[in-house]
Amino acid sequence: MLWLRQAAAGLRVLAALTVVLGLGYPLAVLGAGQLLMPGQANGSMVERDGEPVGSRLIGQPVEDPSYFHGRPSAAGEGYDPLSSGASNLAPTSPELLAAVEERRAAAAELNGVPPEAVPPDALTASGSGLDPHISPAYARLQADRVARERGMDPAAVAALVEEHVQGRGLGFLGEPAVNVLELNLALDEAAEAAGAGGAG
Amino acid sequence: MSTTTQARGTGAVPGPSGKAPAGRSAFTVRALAAALPSALRKLDPRVMVKSPVMFTVEIGSVFTTVLAVLEPSVFAWTVTLWLWATVVFANLAEAVAEGRGKAQAAALRRAKEHTSARRLSGRGGAEETVPAAGLRPGDLVVCEAGDVIPGDGDVVEGVASVDESAVTGESAPVIRESGGDRSAVTGGTRVLSDRIVVQITTRPGESFLDRMIALVEGADRQKTPNELALNILLAALTLVFLLAVVTLQPLAAYSGRPQSALVLVALLVCLIPTTIGALLSAIGIAGMDRLVRRNVLAMSGRAVEAAGDVNTLLLDKTGTITLGDRQASAFVPVGGVDPRELAGAAQLSSLADETPEGRSVVVFAKREFGLRERTPGELARAVWVPFSAQTRMSGADLGEDDGSVLRVRKGAAAAVLEWVRDKGGHPGEEVGPAVDAVSAGGGTPLVVAEWREGEPARVLGVIHLKDIVKEGLRERFAQLRAMGIRTVMITGDNPLTARAIAAEAGVDDFLAEATPQDKLDLIRREQEGGRLVAMTGDGTNDAPALAQADVGVAMNTGTSAAKEAGNMVDLDSNPTKLIEIVEIGKQLLITRGALTTFSVANDIAKYFAIIPAMFVAVFPGLEALNIMRLSTPETAIVSAVVFNALVIVALIPLALRGVRYRAEAAGRLLGRNLLVYGVGGLIVPFLGIKAVDLVISSIPGVVS
Amino acid sequence: MGQTLAGLAQIGLLLSLLAALYVPLGDYLARVYSGRRHLRVERLVYRFAGIDPDTEQTWTGYARAVLAFSAVSVLVLYGLQRLQHLLPLSLGLPPVAPDQAWNTAVSFVANTNWQSYSGESTMGHLVQAAGLAVQNFASAAVGMAVAVAVVRGISRRRTELLGNFWVDLVRGALRVLLPISFAAALLLLAGGVVQNLAAPVEVTTLTGGTQSIPGGPVASQEAIKELGTNGGGFYNANSAHPFENPNAFTNLLEILLILLIPVSLTRTYGTMLAAQGAGGHRHGTALLAAMGTIFLLSLAGVTAAEVSGHGAALQAAGGAMEGKETRFGEWASALFATATTSTSTGAVNSFHSSFTAFGGGLVMLNMLLGEVTPGGVGSGLYGMLVISMLAVFLGGLMVGRTPEYLGKKLGSREIRLIALYTLTTPALVLAGTAVALSVPGARESILNAGPHGLSEVLYAFGSAANNNGSAFAGLSANTPFYNTALGLAILLGRFLPMVLVLALAGALAGQRPAPATAGTLPTHRPLFVGMVVATVLIVTGLTFFPALALGPIAEGLA
Repeated sequence: MLWLRQAAAGLRVLAALTVVLGLGYPLAVLGAGQLLMPGQANGSMVERDGEPVGSRLIGQPVEDPSYFHGRPSAAGEGYDPLSSGASNLAPTSPELLAAVEERRAAAAELNGVPPEAVPPDALTASGSGLDPHISPAYARLQADRVARERGMDPAAVAALVEEHVQGRGLGFLGEPAVNVLELNLALDEAAEAAGAGGAG
Repeated sequence: MSTTTQARGTGAVPGPSGKAPAGRSAFTVRALAAALPSALRKLDPRVMVKSPVMFTVEIGSVFTTVLAVLEPSVFAWTVTLWLWATVVFANLAEAVAEGRGKAQAAALRRAKEHTSARRLSGRGGAEETVPAAGLRPGDLVVCEAGDVIPGDGDVVEGVASVDESAVTGESAPVIRESGGDRSAVTGGTRVLSDRIVVQITTRPGESFLDRMIALVEGADRQKTPNELALNILLAALTLVFLLAVVTLQPLAAYSGRPQSALVLVALLVCLIPTTIGALLSAIGIAGMDRLVRRNVLAMSGRAVEAAGDVNTLLLDKTGTITLGDRQASAFVPVGGVDPRELAGAAQLSSLADETPEGRSVVVFAKREFGLRERTPGELARAVWVPFSAQTRMSGADLGEDDGSVLRVRKGAAAAVLEWVRDKGGHPGEEVGPAVDAVSAGGGTPLVVAEWREGEPARVLGVIHLKDIVKEGLRERFAQLRAMGIRTVMITGDNPLTARAIAAEAGVDDFLAEATPQDKLDLIRREQEGGRLVAMTGDGTNDAPALAQADVGVAMNTGTSAAKEAGNMVDLDSNPTKLIEIVEIGKQLLITRGALTTFSVANDIAKYFAIIPAMFVAVFPGLEALNIMRLSTPETAIVSAVVFNALVIVALIPLALRGVRYRAEAAGRLLGRNLLVYGVGGLIVPFLGIKAVDLVISSIPGVVS
Repeated sequence: MGQTLAGLAQIGLLLSLLAALYVPLGDYLARVYSGRRHLRVERLVYRFAGIDPDTEQTWTGYARAVLAFSAVSVLVLYGLQRLQHLLPLSLGLPPVAPDQAWNTAVSFVANTNWQSYSGESTMGHLVQAAGLAVQNFASAAVGMAVAVAVVRGISRRRTELLGNFWVDLVRGALRVLLPISFAAALLLLAGGVVQNLAAPVEVTTLTGGTQSIPGGPVASQEAIKELGTNGGGFYNANSAHPFENPNAFTNLLEILLILLIPVSLTRTYGTMLAAQGAGGHRHGTALLAAMGTIFLLSLAGVTAAEVSGHGAALQAAGGAMEGKETRFGEWASALFATATTSTSTGAVNSFHSSFTAFGGGLVMLNMLLGEVTPGGVGSGLYGMLVISMLAVFLGGLMVGRTPEYLGKKLGSREIRLIALYTLTTPALVLAGTAVALSVPGARESILNAGPHGLSEVLYAFGSAANNNGSAFAGLSANTPFYNTALGLAILLGRFLPMVLVLALAGALAGQRPAPATAGTLPTHRPLFVGMVVATVLIVTGLTFFPALALGPIAEGLA
């Protein structure tokens, strides 16, 4: 009896809390977001020519050597937002070791740099698999290749990279990073402006 | 000073071990050997089960024995033997502790044997001889010179001197008389003179002597509340480690290195708190034993623990804080009288005063003024006036050479002043203030006057009688304060006097003009505030307060009612002993806590010895954990097991003696004990295991 | 600014923010739980539920209410998941499988938020917001309620009453969690966390591929997920997901939210003690000092391990960036990992399985310590109080008195409850790990071979039994065995200790406290703090050393 009465009370309290916290609260945040910050609330989408090309916050799979590449991704087939996640491979994992060595060799060859010049973020999968950023070092490393592929002035591409280096928040929060999608978009714009034309 | 571990020669209970001073010397190889049979008898699982930790070790030992029989190897048998040694060492500790009591019990038993009683039958008072064991409460028995009193009781008729040495160890006879606070007699004591009739107050088997025997033997020893709580904690720790070891096997199997059952049992025994588990009951027995050695009988272990917790000590002024009697401490002359003249008159007038106060005046005059004490017979023509409660004066009438008579008197101020006025004198201006000054200082004023017939009587001066606070008490109370214990002085004096004495003795508070009811109320008030109270008492009217107090120490000289009401009896009837009792209580708890901490801290080193040994074959990197650099996995495991067993033996003296206790604030005490037993417990096994490993490895053929 | 200096400054800012909020929030919490007045909306809830808010409960009544409410919550949450396809905003997702629904229901009600599912592909928006997020509030409020009841038990004298669970629950949810969550949600929104009810939007990427950008009421859920030390991510990648944690500012905010209530509750404790005359702020400060000491030690260890990047694969890569986001790097990832595992949160901004052996081992150890540094909302406080009492027991003996905490004696009854409390989670962790490694099918869930595989299983049960919820996520935990076994570990690891600690509170409340004297063990001095720290470390260390030796230690020393 005691238990039943408590359970009945509990059910009613839960119902009341669900109304306030499960419906009222998210809807209030939803309203505030849509009203005050619709851009962020809807995923910080980036458009080109009126068409959404993705979210500034979500990394994209890039194979094309004329664009900057993001990090290796363990999300689905790579940068699948419906399957976010990491490799979860151990620091001692032979599989990860092999993957790292393979990536190092590939990146060195692609960019025409010595293998030891490739920075760690180019060799490791991110936590989300959707990491929109690469390290400034990795961006700088790719600049020459991208310029070569596009026939652009390497100095212009390098300058573009430096423009897109985001420092640490307040100077000390997090790490410096380069947003790959934004950099690639800027790259296309610069290329168009220069009339050199970019690849699809 | 005031460590309770120092041996005290006085008043030890007779018997072989009673003479042995407490401490290391009591723990000899001989004592161990003597205790061995008893230790082996304790291997009975029905006995072992009372200690969950050691019971676990015993089961483990049986288990490894089976394993060693099935698959004999030097390693298996070595581990097995040392596991059994661990169990035996634990039992040995208990047996040694008990052994000390057994000898005392034997001596006490002798006092009980062959006692018969001369019982008075109900009508007509005819005597019949019955065995002492047949006496019932209410029976009246007659005891004459040479008889052994057959049971505990109160004297209802007569007065006798009694030899109580069988119980107290004190050889001087004591007076027991009907009525009053000296009526209790104890069975087993011997009447030396006269004839008394005793009313029996206890049933056979429950007499004081019986309880005392049971106590020192530890026969009906029950676990005290704190011991129970600690046992629960130890059982929980045992369970945790059991779990850690049992679940280790699947983990080890996954890692490709399943362990032999033998090694797992060895690991388990090393981890569970065997050190404290082995010594816990010895610590308890030894604690009671320490009380017995100070001639205090605690009726329960609970009372000893409560003593450690006491917040408030109620101390009777007279006999505890001050010497029993007031003593003359100054002569205050008035009206220009020569101090020497006053001293002479005071001494003369006190010669016939046999009260302690009177004696003290004589002695003081002699000491301070060099006045020779004269015996009453020495002075011719002197008529002595002894002190009486009616006149409240004493004095002497001295026939002078000229035939006149000089009368000197000393006594209570009011009485003497009235006498002076009667004899036509006038007290004078100075007397009143002098009397008041003495009173205000907590002293008792006595006035000295003389009257030569034909002249007006005149006041010579005032004697300052004061309570003499026992030496060293002030420091003692300061220590108690540091320990967080408040002292309250109980006195029948008026508040003014009480305050002065309280200040001089350094007690924290006082209860003046105290009645037994006041005392009881004070205890209740303290307890309402969550404080534990300890007190001593002897009279029948103390009984309710003794019963109410958390620790009530009855004086052995007191009444049966008082002894029944208290939960301890002090055979020496020394009220100051309360302080020692508190220290013993604290020491008991500290010893438990310190050895538990030591035991748990030991485990860290054992892990560092055993875990690498178990798994280094599959994970060579774990060799980095072998910071003791033990020779081989086998020697590492054996060393840990051997150390674990030996540390029990090594700590038996400490368990019996108790951890050193100092009277100081809790924070400092904790700091020191943590350093010694916590940090020490961390370091010692690293050294110990390494040492054992060195010894084992040096045996030819062990390390291949 | 160099990496080290920046990392230290980041930690410094976090600690400053916590310090600034400590007193105001702690005292506010004390007022919330001590006030006699009810808000109008609260009165409505009480009337609707048929509760008299002005009566108090004994420990049994309080425990009964906790269990009844939680049981009902499990059933409702299970039902919502199983009926998902019938609900609006389900995004066309099918009902959740029974074993996974059971695991998830228990996990969210028990403030664990272990997720054997992947949010974006399993749960619709309504189940997320009205089911899971409600339990984020409720389970946190339950934890705080029990902690407050325990504080009442310690501070009150000669009573049987510990307060009214329903009142504590409702007040905690509405007056504490809701306003802070709302403010935090807006800040997160500003940082880029999404808040919409949209289904995934398909876009053509820059290079011509397609990508589905998911939506959802994330900001509202993210705020309470951290504040309530829940940790259940809206998306599978949890706080590593850019939509949950877009930049270093939101990252710091989330860490602050994680630590905020567990830390401030020590202030609440002191304030409530002082109000009853049973102690003072220094007693709360002592607990905080013990928590903080271990937290900072752990943070230093994890950071050092990650920056060192030890381990063959990581050394080959030149840094421990596997499973870490570029925008956070090693320092902010180590900070988040320490905070989330020290608080029973279990949210992650980087994947612990790919941490260095010692870094991963340390975050695992944080959980195995029993979640007391500073632990989950409420559970951290009462867990630390129990550990303190364990320390008091030995320390009290060593000053020669029957052990007492704030004048309350720790006798057989109390020590039995304390011992059982301390035993519960290690028993669940070790037994669970042993069984999982013995059952043939269960071993196949392990991703990495060798000691790391053992760590995956040990981490899973450590996380479940201690109600953390984070994972060495290589383990495929969505199997009937793990869903069931971990669900049991979560359930028992949450509610057995709660009942035991409430019983302890009941026993303490009935006592008349002894006054503190010079002979009493001081429970506010540095020496005592050191004792508590040692007790936490030694008790856990001794229990788990063999298991850790075969997991992270063997891996790290290889």
